[in-house]
Formats: sequence, structure tokens, C-alpha cells
Amino acid sequence: MLELEDLHVSYGKIVALRGVSISIAEGEIVTVVGGNGAGKTTTLRTISGILRPTSGRIVFKGRDLSGLATDEVVKAGLAHSPEGRLIFGRMTIAENLRLGAYNRKASVDIKGDMDRMYEMFPVLGQRRQQRAGTLSGGEQQMLAIGRSLMSRPDLLLMDEPSLGLAPLVVAQIFEVIVELREQGVTILLVEQNANEALRVSDRTYVLETGLVTMQGPSEALLHDPQLRTAYLGLD
Amino acid sequence: MTYFLQQLANGLALGSIYALLAIGLTMVYGILRLINFAHGDLMMLGSYLAAVMIGSAYFPIVLAVLVPTVIIGMFGLLVERVAYRPLRGAPEVALLITSLGVSRLIQNSTVLGISPQPRSFRLPGDLTESFTVGGIRLTQLDLLTFVLVLVLMVGLTTFINRSRTGMAMRASSENLQAARLIGINVNHVVGAAFLIGSALAGVAGFLWAGRYGIIDPFMGFLPGLKAFVAAVIGGIGSIRGAVVGGILLGIAEIGFVGFLPPEYSGFRDAFVFGLLLLVLLVRPNGLFGTSEIERA
Repeated sequence: MLELEDLHVSYGKIVALRGVSISIAEGEIVTVVGGNGAGKTTTLRTISGILRPTSGRIVFKGRDLSGLATDEVVKAGLAHSPEGRLIFGRMTIAENLRLGAYNRKASVDIKGDMDRMYEMFPVLGQRRQQRAGTLSGGEQQMLAIGRSLMSRPDLLLMDEPSLGLAPLVVAQIFEVIVELREQGVTILLVEQNANEALRVSDRTYVLETGLVTMQGPSEALLHDPQLRTAYLGLD
Repeated sequence: MTYFLQQLANGLALGSIYALLAIGLTMVYGILRLINFAHGDLMMLGSYLAAVMIGSAYFPIVLAVLVPTVIIGMFGLLVERVAYRPLRGAPEVALLITSLGVSRLIQNSTVLGISPQPRSFRLPGDLTESFTVGGIRLTQLDLLTFVLVLVLMVGLTTFINRSRTGMAMRASSENLQAARLIGINVNHVVGAAFLIGSALAGVAGFLWAGRYGIIDPFMGFLPGLKAFVAAVIGGIGSIRGAVVGGILLGIAEIGFVGFLPPEYSGFRDAFVFGLLLLVLLVRPNGLFGTSEIERA
């Protein structure tokens, strides 16, 4: 569904990605793990058209996305749930969800999808008219996920959905990812919480200083001794 | 008491015009972080357009409001396209300097194209007629100002709160990055802000010229600056804040002139900017503003 081919990205003179190739098939959950500054967020931001690659291609459903503006990437069927959630805190929960469907026309379907989100995230359903800024971190994360699902994406990019959340809430977020997987949503997940991320995903790429250094089925990498010491904190 | 109410009414009329201008400034600032120095000059162009409409016997008075609204709205859109859009992603200070340049360009083009001389702006007789309510003298123009501003406010608020574009404008003003990520075309939103804001500046052009009876190529700069003060007092980025800030500023300015000995009235501009400093000391985010930290 998505192919990144030899992607190079720089911030001015600083090179962030040095030839990253990643592929995701329909229905798959693919995880990208790696330390700080490895290029995980850069990868997602480049796919979304926030950053421009200096070379390489981004092919989504057979179409080259490189050079498209972010709103066109979203229209092509990609949703990006960003790091730090970036919900609209001064707007209501209902408005945040409604905005997730910004580029969709049929208002009946949108209503139905909002109800589905309220079902999936009951905390949101109870507070539809409340300002999103009053939600807790975990609830905001759920709203951010719900908002990105409202565009009915073919592929969901998730950037650090568990970042800064309490362990119990992190568990809830990963439950949501498992649920999305059962619904057949294709996901590219970037996580620092490698342990959990590997457990919920089909395949994993390990990114180090802008290069893919390891890749394979998550199941296999979970038992790889090198990865276990480097990222899973196990030995 | 009557004198007080009279000053209040005068302040309300002036403040309504500030409010119209402040809305455009606050909308654009909210999204682009651009302090648009050229905003007052759009109002000036609106005054000249209104003068053309009024000067000709063929046009009904409605056109003196409508034509500046439409033309200045579209002109604002053009300015954004030509001057500001190429700077998308550039540092905010580059935008600021550009807007100063646009301001100068508009002023001097008017000097060259029309005349540097002030010219009188004569409203048709019935608009200058005054009547008395409870001891307060109001002109038809005052009444028109109140009604226009009220209708425009209600319309704008409904638009911002209910419509899809209005929602996208609020979202973009809160977090531009997030707005892009959910598929909002920022250029459309910025365009809408410029179109609406400039159209309101066009309306203000008619009202301002009608109120003071004289227009010149540099008349817009100071009201533009004061409207920015009003927007900051109300809380920059907030439309409600711009309206409240504008009206408060108008009342304060008229109050300053009306209640202090006449020899002080030359300091009215200094008073306005002094008021800004005071408000910023007490409430740095203005009356309805939120801090940048809250926005993150």
C-alpha cells in the first residue's frame, strides 16, 4: 500500500534520513522503532508532505506522493496522528472529530462515524460538548486517534501515541491499536515503547541515525538478542 | 448624566469602527502571526471608493457601503496572494516588514494616482440628520454604524462557529500544523480570513469617512494601528476580544477627550498607546486571550 524508496531528507545541512526504504501492505501494522534523533518522526512528516525529501520516492496506492501538499496527502487517504497529539484544545470534542472529516462530503456518514468514535471511546462520548483542552493526556490521545480515523484513512500514521502517558493509559492506547488492527486498519506506528509496539505489530523496522539497520517480523525481532538489549531493556 | 451618555454613545460609534478593523487584524494574526500594517490602508482605499460612489449622483447610497466592501475584500485577497503567500514559512518578521512595505506602497500609490491633498467627504443629507433620544443626540450615520456592526458581528460569529470554513479558521488559528495534518488547505483558510477582514475594513472606510468628513491617503495608518491595539487589548487571535477591545478603546478614547480639559485632547493617541501598555502589564494575553503555552 505504501512504499518508501530510498528516502533522503535533510533539515538544512543536517541530514536526517539517509536512504530509508519501508513498505507496508494492506491490513498490516508496521512499527518503526529507534532512539531519539533516529529519524522516526522525520519519516512520518515526510510521508505527510510536511517535509520534502531531497531524493527518493513515496508511493501510496500506486501514486507518487512526493511534492504533494499535506492536505492533498490527506485527501489521497492518509491520516497522521501527530506526536504530542495536537488536538484543538479550545474547540469541543465534537468539533475536533467533525474536523477530522474535513474533506468528506456526506454529512450523514460523518454523523455515523462520530457515533462510532463515541462507542469506541466512551470517555469522549460522555463529553461531546466539552472543550478538548480539559481532557487528560490519555483522553486527548484517544481524541487525536479518533480525529484521524474520521477521515476514513486507508493508512493511519501514528507518531508516539503512548508518549508521556501513565502506564495504565499506555495499556489502553495499545488496546485501541489492537482493536483497530482487528477492524483491518493499516497502521504505520512509530514508538519509543518498543516492547509494546513490537507485540501489536506484524513487522518492524529499526531506524538508527537515518538508516534502517534491522527489519523483519516483529515476532522474530522480539527475540533478537541484539534488539532486546538495545531497545527493549531486556538482557 | 446626559453628557456622560452622550460621550458613551460617541465612544460606541468610534469603537464600532475600531472593532470592524480589529476583526481583520486578529483573524490574520491568529493564523499567520502577521501584524498587518497595511490593514488601515485598505480602510483608506475603502473611503476613497465610498467617496466615488457618493460623489456620483447615479448611485444609490447603499452602493457607497457595498462597493467598498466587495472591492476591498477582493483587493485584500489579491494582496495576500501577491505579497504574503510567497512568504509562507518565512520568519514572522519578514511578513511584518512586508506588510509595512505594502502599507507604504498603497499610501504612495494613492498620492501618485489621486492626490496628496485631503478631500472632503460629504454624506448625503439624510445621513447627517440628527435626532435626540433621552437627551442624546445621534446622527443617522451613528445609527447606521450600530446596526451595521451588530448585523456583521452576528453574521460573522455564526459563520465562525457553525460553518465548515469557520471551524477550519478556528482550528488553523489554534494550531496551524494540526490543521494541515487533518487535511485543511491553509491557503483557503488564510484567503477567507483576508477576504472577510478586508471587506470589513472596506465597510469601516465608509463609516470612518462619513464620521470625519475628510479623507486623505495617510488617514488609514493610525486607525489601523489603534485597531491593532484594540485587538491586543481584547486578546489577539480572539474575534470576540477584537470586538470588545475595539468598543472599549473607542469609549476610552472619547472619554479621555470628553472628560479631561481640552488642552489634553492632543494627547489622545498617546493615551491610547499608554492604555495598551497598562493592559499588557496587567493581562499580557489581553481580555480574552490564551497564552501560547495553552495553545500547544
